[in-house]
Amino acid sequence: MLRLVNVNGYYGLVHVLKNVSMHIDEGEIVTMLGANGAGKTTTLRVISGLQPVKGGKIFYQDKEITGVPPEKLVELGIAHVPEGRQIFRPMSVYENLELGGHIIYKRYGKAQLKSDINGMFELFPILKQRQNQFAGTLSGGEQQMLAIAMALMARPKLLLLDEPSMGLAPMIIKEIFKLIAQLQKERKLTVLLIEQNANAALKIADRGYVIETGRIVLEENATALMSNQEVKRAYLGKDQKEIWE
Amino acid sequence: MIWIQHDPVIDSGHILLKSLFFYPVLKKQIRKNITGRAMTESTISDILQFMFMGIQRGCIYALAAIGFNMIYNATGIINFAQGEFVVIGGLMMVTLTMTWNLPIPLAFLLTTAFVTLIGIAMERFTINPVKHPTVLRLIIITIAVSIIIKGAAMCFWGKNSHFMRHFSSAETLDFYGATILPQTIWIIGILLFIVAGYIFFFNYTMTGKCMRACAINRDAARLAGINDRKMVMLSFALSAGIGAIAGIIITPIIQMDYARGALLGIKGFGAAVLGGLGNSMGAIIAGVLIGVLEALAAGYISSHYMDAIALIILLLVLFVRPSGLFGSSEAMRLKEF
Repeated sequence: MLRLVNVNGYYGLVHVLKNVSMHIDEGEIVTMLGANGAGKTTTLRVISGLQPVKGGKIFYQDKEITGVPPEKLVELGIAHVPEGRQIFRPMSVYENLELGGHIIYKRYGKAQLKSDINGMFELFPILKQRQNQFAGTLSGGEQQMLAIAMALMARPKLLLLDEPSMGLAPMIIKEIFKLIAQLQKERKLTVLLIEQNANAALKIADRGYVIETGRIVLEENATALMSNQEVKRAYLGKDQKEIWE
Repeated sequence: MIWIQHDPVIDSGHILLKSLFFYPVLKKQIRKNITGRAMTESTISDILQFMFMGIQRGCIYALAAIGFNMIYNATGIINFAQGEFVVIGGLMMVTLTMTWNLPIPLAFLLTTAFVTLIGIAMERFTINPVKHPTVLRLIIITIAVSIIIKGAAMCFWGKNSHFMRHFSSAETLDFYGATILPQTIWIIGILLFIVAGYIFFFNYTMTGKCMRACAINRDAARLAGINDRKMVMLSFALSAGIGAIAGIIITPIIQMDYARGALLGIKGFGAAVLGGLGNSMGAIIAGVLIGVLEALAAGYISSHYMDAIALIILLLVLFVRPSGLFGSSEAMRLKEF
């Protein structure tokens, strides 16, 4: 469904992505592991068009999308939930959802947008309770749910999630990961998930990539990654002893 | 032959300096003006008269400030051609009503549409093509555009000031001893109408919400499928339109000429800063406030110092409370400009 071929990306003058090639098949949950600054977020920003690609190509559903601006990619079905809950804080929850469904409004009109928002309220009952509150007054977990709900409003086929668990309590992280797995099954979504919390991510993922200083160093299915000695040591925080002994 | 061009900006800077150096003289004059009179009915009607004058000018500053805020919110820059939109609006209206003899409502619509097109053209041809837009670059571009528009206005309309007939009669109405022009009532009414339209547009229409979203978080708005470039163009169109309306309604009172833009722009900017950059409701209150203070200064100190008031307020705000009266100081720290 999505294919990156030798993609290079820069963050200012820093060469962040070095010949990254990866692919995501339809219906998969793919996760990407890596330390801070390895280039995970940049990968997502390059895919969603927020950051320009310098060298390399990106294909989506066998069409090249290199250099297409994000607002066009949303219409093609790529939704990106950026890190740090990028919601419109001084606007109400309902308005946030309306904006998330901006392309639905453009395509099908106001009535459809309204019924889509009501559908979203069934999925996230907490947002219904809070619909007239300013988004900035929500708790961290609620804000993350709102961010995901906004992305889903555009009826995406491919969902790019950037650290949905950042700064949240363990209970809420669990809930959000359960939700992601559930969404993938119910809506036949394809998900690219970036996580610091490697354990939780690998549990719901089908496949994973490991990225180190801008290069993909490993690609395996999730269970193989979980038992990989190096991944265990570097990202899962387990089995330190075995290595030292 | 040597002739010195009359430049309102330099003039007002000069006035500002004068007012600082001659503060003792000024104080004496204020004392004379205020204590010299008993608090009689005529003083009250004087105050009322100054208030009317102030509100009338303040409405114009408020409209200019809304224009500044709109572009500031969409792009983060100050559009120094804002005052020029006001001037072009006024001069165009003069031509349509006085030379072509069109009815005022029709001329009003045509002028607003024309200046809106100028705003769109400005964005398309000077702001949009910039490859690496930084705040400073864009601001310098707007200064260049303002000079070009000013020059073009001088070519088309000449250097003399233009008279335009009032919307309704030019007869003054009596109001508790003060007089009020019907045009002032028009100005206040149109300001209120624009404010109502503004609130409706930004809170109840999808396009308005998209513009707000772009102002709040550009990247998140783009990820929601909002075309940010289009929103920038729209903000230029709207602020040019609002500027034109300000020019149209004030022209019967002040007689527009090509060089007025800079001073109107700076006073509007003062209102925008006093109200808190980006906060349009604050800008309206601040605009009217500056207008009223200006009129009071003209009445009780000297009309020579009138233009200095707005600039003194602008400086004081920048020194003491850069976030403005109604802006949050926390947000100000995050702002680039």
